Amino acid sequence: MMVVYALYGVAALLALAPIAIVLGAAPRTQGPVLGVATSVVYGASLIVTLSLCIIALLSLFEYSQSPSLVTLPLGLPWIGAHFRIDALAAFFLVVVNLGGAAASLFALGYGRHEHSPLRVLPFYPAYLAAMNLVVMADDAFSFLVSWEFMSLTSWALVVARHQVRENLRAGYIYLLMASFGTLALLLSFGLLAGPDGHYAFDAMRASHPPAALAALVLLLVLVGAGSKAGVVPLHAWLPLAHPAAPSHVSALMSGVMTKVAVYGFVRIVFDLLGPPDWWWSMVVLGVGGITAVMGVLYALMEHDLKRLLAYHTVENIGIIFIGLGLALAFKAHGMPLAAALALTAGLFHVFNHSVFKSLLFFGAGSVLNATGTRDMEHLGGLIHRMPQTAFVFLVGCVAISALPPLNGFVSEWLTFQAILLSPQLPSWGLKFMVPAVGALLALSAALAAACFVKAFGVSFLGRARTPAAARATETDSNSLAAMYFLAALCLVAGILPGFIIDALAPVTKSLVGFSMPHQAGVEWLSIVPIAESRSSYNGLLVFVFVVLSGSIAAFAIHRLASDKLRRAPAWDCGYPDSSSATQYTASSFAQPIRRVYGTSVFHAREIGEMPPPGATAPARLKVELRDLIWIAAYAPVAAAIDYAAEKLNVLQFLTIRRYLSLVFTALVLLLLVLAIWP
Amino acid sequence: MRGITFDVAHMLAGSLVLVSFMQLYQDRLYALLNIFALHALILAASVAWQAFIQDAPHLYLTAMIALVFKAIVIPVALHRIIVKLGIHREIETAVGVGPAMLLGMGLVALSMVVMLRVTAEADPLAREDLAFALSVVLLGLLMMVTRRNAVSQVIGFMSLENGLVLAATGAKGMPLVVEISVAFSVLIAFIVIGIFLFRIRERFDTVDLQALDRFRGERR
Repeated sequence: MMVVYALYGVAALLALAPIAIVLGAAPRTQGPVLGVATSVVYGASLIVTLSLCIIALLSLFEYSQSPSLVTLPLGLPWIGAHFRIDALAAFFLVVVNLGGAAASLFALGYGRHEHSPLRVLPFYPAYLAAMNLVVMADDAFSFLVSWEFMSLTSWALVVARHQVRENLRAGYIYLLMASFGTLALLLSFGLLAGPDGHYAFDAMRASHPPAALAALVLLLVLVGAGSKAGVVPLHAWLPLAHPAAPSHVSALMSGVMTKVAVYGFVRIVFDLLGPPDWWWSMVVLGVGGITAVMGVLYALMEHDLKRLLAYHTVENIGIIFIGLGLALAFKAHGMPLAAALALTAGLFHVFNHSVFKSLLFFGAGSVLNATGTRDMEHLGGLIHRMPQTAFVFLVGCVAISALPPLNGFVSEWLTFQAILLSPQLPSWGLKFMVPAVGALLALSAALAAACFVKAFGVSFLGRARTPAAARATETDSNSLAAMYFLAALCLVAGILPGFIIDALAPVTKSLVGFSMPHQAGVEWLSIVPIAESRSSYNGLLVFVFVVLSGSIAAFAIHRLASDKLRRAPAWDCGYPDSSSATQYTASSFAQPIRRVYGTSVFHAREIGEMPPPGATAPARLKVELRDLIWIAAYAPVAAAIDYAAEKLNVLQFLTIRRYLSLVFTALVLLLLVLAIWP
Repeated sequence: MRGITFDVAHMLAGSLVLVSFMQLYQDRLYALLNIFALHALILAASVAWQAFIQDAPHLYLTAMIALVFKAIVIPVALHRIIVKLGIHREIETAVGVGPAMLLGMGLVALSMVVMLRVTAEADPLAREDLAFALSVVLLGLLMMVTRRNAVSQVIGFMSLENGLVLAATGAKGMPLVVEISVAFSVLIAFIVIGIFLFRIRERFDTVDLQALDRFRGERR
C-alpha cells in the first residue's frame, strides 16, 4: 500500500512541473507573479517530499518484512511498470526526500534570487520525481526510463544558466557521460535478463547468471552507476556539472543523485546478481580507495568553493564504495556479521554525506548569493558579515572532516571497524589489499580535514579580499532554517548513531542475510559494532566533553585571563601594510600538499618570473596543473571520435545510387556471412 | 497430386526469377515495362496456384490485387508517365549487361545456399519458394542499383516487392491484412514516386538521377 501512496506523491511532483510552466508563463509575468510561482513550486515540493519522507520512514520501520508492490499498466505493453518499496528502497527514499525537502525549504528563500526562474522551476519537481521513481522501480525498463529521466531533468537544470559558456560545456560533457552510463546499465540489465528477457527484478533475483557473465555485469554496473556517482576515472563531468546548476540543485545532485547511483549499484550487485565472487570486492575496493584519495587531492587544488565541494563528493563516494567493497568481501567469504557491519557503514555514510553535502552546498549558495563569486580567493572575513551561515557551514565542515561528535565520524569509524576485521578474511589478496585501502581511507580523511580548514578559513575568516565580500549580507530566514535543520541532523546522527544503525538493520538483513547487533539496548547510547571488549563509541559522551571543555576553556580565557572581548588586527604578522592581499590565501594553504603530491598526480609546475634588475614589471609566480586523467582517458577518446566523425561525414553526401549500393552490399555481405557460417 | 502441385509451384516461382533476369538486360523503358507486367502476371498466377493448393481463398484476393494493380494499372500508368515525360526512347545502363547478369547469377546462387541451409526442416515447397523469393528480392535490388533512370528504379522497387509477396504467400498462415497492407503501401509509394517524378522533371528537365547529383554539387 505504501508504494501506492508514494506513487501519488511522485504524481503530485510531476504535476507540479506543468503548473510551474502555467504559473510562470502567465501573460508578461513580472516580479511578483514569478515570486508566487517560486513559492508555490518550492512550497509544494517541500510538502510532498516531506510526506514521501514520512511514508518511506514508515515503510522502513513497520513494513520492512513484506515489501509493498504495485504494477501500473504503463510502459511496455503486457509488461507494465513494476514498483516496489522494500527496506533498501525505503532507506534510499528517506535519503532522497530528506535532501529534497531541505533543498525545497532552502530554495523558498534562495530561489527568489534566480535570474530566470522559468528555466529552473518546471524541472525541479520533475527531477525530484525522477529520483523517487528510480528508487521505487522494480523492473529494468522503468528503472532505466526513470534513470534517464533523472539525467535529462538534471541536465536541464545544469544548463539553466546557459549564458555562461562554461555551463554549456559542462552540460554537454554531463549529457555524454550520462548516456554512456545508461548504455552500460542497459547492457548489464540485458545480461541479467538473460535470453528470455525477464525484465522484472523478481525474475532476475531468482536466476543467477554464470560466473563469467556475472563478472561482466559487475563491471558494467560499476561503469554505469559509477559514472553517475562520480567514481574515478569516470568523475570528469561531476565537478563541472554540479557547480553549474543553481545551488539548491547542486546540493540535490551532489547530495542525493550520487546516492541514487549508489542505490543502483547496491540494488544490482547485492540484490539481483546473486552470490558474489571474492575478487569482485578487490575491484570495488580498489576503485573506492583511488576515488577517495584522488577526489580529495583534486579538491585541495581547487579554489572555487562549489567545485571544491563537488570534488569532495567524489571523495565521499570513494568512502562509500570502500564500505560496499568490504561488505562484498565479507559476504563472499561467508562472514555475514562483518558484511552487515561494512554495509551499514557504507549506507550510514550515504545518509551522512547527503546531509552534510547538502548543508555545505547551501552554505556555498548563500555565499555566492551574498558576494556574487565562488572563488575563495575573492572571499574572506564573511564570519562577520554572515555569522549564522558561517556557523552552520562550520558544522558541515566538521562533519565532512569526520571529526567527532558529528555524524561523519561515526560512519568512517564503522568503516575502519570493518577494515580491522579484515585479517579474518581467508584470501591473501584481500588480507593485503584491505589494509592498503584502509591507509588510503585514512589519508583521504586527513586531507579532507585539511581541505575544509582551507575552505572555511579562507572564505570565512580573516579579512575581506574584495569589496563584494566586504558588502556581503546575511542570507534569508528560509535558507537559514534549511541549513540549521541539516546541521541539527548532523549533530543528532552523530551523537545518537545507534538509532540509525538499528534503522539500517532490515536493509542489511535483506542484502547480506544478517544485521548488526541491536544498538538500542546498549547502555549510555553507545554503539558497539562487534563486541564491547573490542570497540565502542559514545557520541553523546564526546559531545558533552567537547561542549564542557570548550566552555571551560572559553570561560577561563575570557574571565580569568582578560575579562573582555578584544579585537585585534587579523593576520597582522609583521605586515604594516594592511592590504587584504597580504593574507594567507587558499593557494598558499594548499602549497605544501601540492609540493608533496602535485608533481606526481597533477604534473604540477611552479614557474617563477623574475624581471631583470631595473625593470618595473612585477615578479610573478605561476602554478600549472594538468589533469592527467583527462589527458589519458578522455582526450584520446574525444580525438578519436572527432577523427571518425570527420571521416564518416562523407557518408552524409552520397548520391542516391551509392546509398542503394551500400544497402545492397550490406545485405549481400550479411547473407554471405550466413552462408559461410559453419 | 503431390508431385504436380510441387512442380507447378516450382515452375511459376522459377519463371519469376527468370523474368527478373529478363528485366536486368532490358535497356529500353517500354520493353522494361512490358517485362514488368509479365513479372506481375506470373506472380498473380503463382499466388493463385498457392491459393489453390493451400486451400486458402483469401490468397485469390491477393492474386487479384497483383493482377489488377501490378500487371495492369501500374504498367499502364508508368507507360503514360513515360510518354508524358518524353523519355521513351532513352537507353540507359550504369552497369553493362554482362556484369549485371553475372552478378545476378551470383545472387541467385547465394540466396539458394542461404535459404536451403537456414530452412532445413521446413516443408520442401516452402523452402524452394523462399529461396526463389529471396532471389527475386535481390535481383530487384540489383536492378535499382544498376539503373540510373528514376522510372526504372521504380520498376526495380516494384519487382522487389513482388518477391516479398511471393515469400509471403509461400509461407502458410500469413494473414491477409499483411498482404493487403503491403499492396496498399506499394500503391501509395507508387503515387508518391510518380508525383515526385513530375516534380523532378519540372525542375530539372530530366529524370536522370545524375542531374540531381550534379545539382547538389556532388562529384560522382
